Amino acid sequence: MNQATSTVLCMTDIKKSFSGVPALWGVNFELQAGEIHALVGENGAGKSTLIKIMTGAYRRDSGFIEYGQNSVAFQNPTEAQAVGIIAVYQEIQLVGFRTVAENIFLGREPHSFGIIDRRRMNTGAAEILRRLGLHINPRSPVGSLNIAHRQMVAIARAISFGARVLILDEPTSSLTQTEVSVLFDVIRRLKSQGTSIVYVSHRLEELYAVCDRVTVLRDGRNIVTQPLTTLSRLDLVCHMLGRKPDQVSKGVTAFAGRPQNAVCRSVLLQAEALKYQHCQGSVSIEVRHGEIVGLAGLLGSGRSETARALFGAQPLDDGTVKLEGKLLELRSPHDAINAGMAFLSEDRKADGIIPELSVRENLTLAALPTLTQWGIVSRKRQDKLVNRFMQRLSIKAVSAEQKIHELSGGNQQKVLLARWLCKNTKLLLLDEPTRGIDIGAKGEIQRLIAELAEQGLGVLMISSEVEELVEGCQRVVVLRDGQSVAQLSGEQKNLQAILHAIAEGADCQQAVGG
Amino acid sequence: MAATRFLGLAGTRLLRLLTSQGALLLLLSLALFGSFRYQTFLTPLNLMNIMRQNSMLAIVALGMTVVILSGGIDLSVGAFVALGGVIAAMLAPAGSLVAIIGGIASTALLGMVNGLLVSRALLQPFVVTLFTASAARGLALSLTEEKSIAVSSAASGLVWLGRGFIGPVPVPVLIVALLYFAAWFMLHRSLLGLHIFAVGDNEEASRLMGVNPDRVKLVAYTISGLLSGLAGVVLAGRLGAGQPVAAFGWETDAIAATVMGGTFLGGGQGSVLPTLIGVLLLGMIYNLLNLEGTITPWWQLVLRGGFLLLVVIFQQRVVKTAG
Repeated sequence: MNQATSTVLCMTDIKKSFSGVPALWGVNFELQAGEIHALVGENGAGKSTLIKIMTGAYRRDSGFIEYGQNSVAFQNPTEAQAVGIIAVYQEIQLVGFRTVAENIFLGREPHSFGIIDRRRMNTGAAEILRRLGLHINPRSPVGSLNIAHRQMVAIARAISFGARVLILDEPTSSLTQTEVSVLFDVIRRLKSQGTSIVYVSHRLEELYAVCDRVTVLRDGRNIVTQPLTTLSRLDLVCHMLGRKPDQVSKGVTAFAGRPQNAVCRSVLLQAEALKYQHCQGSVSIEVRHGEIVGLAGLLGSGRSETARALFGAQPLDDGTVKLEGKLLELRSPHDAINAGMAFLSEDRKADGIIPELSVRENLTLAALPTLTQWGIVSRKRQDKLVNRFMQRLSIKAVSAEQKIHELSGGNQQKVLLARWLCKNTKLLLLDEPTRGIDIGAKGEIQRLIAELAEQGLGVLMISSEVEELVEGCQRVVVLRDGQSVAQLSGEQKNLQAILHAIAEGADCQQAVGG
Repeated sequence: MAATRFLGLAGTRLLRLLTSQGALLLLLSLALFGSFRYQTFLTPLNLMNIMRQNSMLAIVALGMTVVILSGGIDLSVGAFVALGGVIAAMLAPAGSLVAIIGGIASTALLGMVNGLLVSRALLQPFVVTLFTASAARGLALSLTEEKSIAVSSAASGLVWLGRGFIGPVPVPVLIVALLYFAAWFMLHRSLLGLHIFAVGDNEEASRLMGVNPDRVKLVAYTISGLLSGLAGVVLAGRLGAGQPVAAFGWETDAIAATVMGGTFLGGGQGSVLPTLIGVLLLGMIYNLLNLEGTITPWWQLVLRGGFLLLVVIFQQRVVKTAG
């Protein structure tokens, strides 16, 4: 067999736009028989768009797809499925009360005259599961299986369709370490049987453990396609983030040149050994009064999860959170808010603003209880508060009564900041505070964050822009697969060190200290 | 799965037994209680009476179970029973066959309308069936001008359907037995049955796996409509008349019997045979209340509502803890 060189799927110059905004600018992707091919990239890289075009869920605007020897244009996932291109997505879509065998064969059950041939179905399912080396009873209800086994059932279903190309979209995001190794066994087995696999994941360990080649996308363009054996982790991370380790770029953010002198202040937040579902390592973070601490890491490294857990919006499996030395029990965001924390989500539109309400109403939403007597909101006090913060943060709106969705992204973000500032907040948790905001407003937000810190607020900032972290933060904590692997400050806090920590993790652990 | 950790294996078994066989256990203990309190209760005559009286409800509850398993609900069954009975009584002069087929076909058609509106127009099942119920009840009332229509003597077959016996077994009881067996076979052995379960469990996943949820729903509501009409025809035969005000509130009883039988109100899990036990349980409760004689029918309604709420709350709890 000449597996190594025979191409199964070849996508050439694929372009796709969504309402005029290009998501893919002409991407190439080539998959060989029996190959495990990693597809990686940060937010907006175009991975999921490419996958959806591959499986027929989206239609491309232009470009060519060759599958086997033929040029193809799938109209829907069923067509792609019929010829053997199948995706197993992160949220597994199965029917929980039904058995494993029924789920594998649903929609094309073996039957005669409408009566299901259960024996054939069960033996067929058992046969497929055995091929994958899995010990799952085809008669158990899918709902009684753990997530890993449900995923295996979804894969088994794909295999039963005769999948030649199997696309796994973040298959390990909710698996434990042992479950991951079971998945890898299955993947390797499939590879040896000639199936090609497109493997989407952010976990570098996994890519190097199981994949042959990698294709990196960034902003809808090809960056590199290369065997993983010839690509160092550092180079891979650099490709993903679009930074070079020796790149020198100073003064690109509004943080530049601000004093960074909070070291002697007292500790505000002390989070130790935070663990959440299925991650091996744990996260520890300390934030002092008046300090901006950055959280760096790739997508899926646990940055947002950490912020959400600190805010009580996501349950923790383990770990302690202390604010000003007081141990907190965070069961819900309500607890975190009462303790003096505030959280700005990365998705302003979904989790932040209430679009149809005015600037005034959005700004005072969290503070309403303090402005209320006998259930009646004092309009006078409300107006006073709104005027003060609109001036202080220089929020640009026609008036306080303008609907917030008419404001620019930067001004929306300021209103959300003000919402928390008028509540006596001590600690700000910011998840990508400057994403999707135009350059000018970005500087304003950055300056504002710095000012707030100078006034004594503690800030924990997540950012994918490494410059923002280098210039804005006193300290940067690097996360990797749900674990804090490095803490960088002072001279060590530079682009190269951050990229290195993201790529190599614990190997380069820096001295942990205030 | 959570329950396993929480209660241990024995606890899970007990929970499973309670949900699957709760109705049966309740039925048996109630029968025991009844036999101690009333000498006439546990006699073959009284038991056969309970079965015969509740045959029509059993037929309706069967359709309801199919709809609930598919993830819907059908509030139109009571009105459809009345309409089916009225139409059968009005067609009786043309002979039994015409009367029976006419009664069943008319409500099957209406059931199909329910199914089309739910699946194609994407309306909430309870909204659709509430409105078709109102329309069907109105139709039954206006067709008869609010009067009871006596079944003509030309339709002896219709009367036999309601009152006849084959050997010692009343015909309605026989119909119920046949229907429940057929439905059990359909649900657990056929493609259609699997698809009904799958759609009720997770409609989106089923669609992605190549099942056609629209067709499944259409079939489920049509079956329910058809069975309601049949119940109406049998009722007309039994009463010797088509009554436009018959079967008031039967949707409540049918839902109750289904849920007590352990069928999950959210769809996708359950079976038909326990529904039959649920029907008998309800029948026995009413029978005992009547023998007691101290509780007015209006208070019986109050008790029924309260009891049903308890059953549904209990089921919800079990589903939550059992994951």
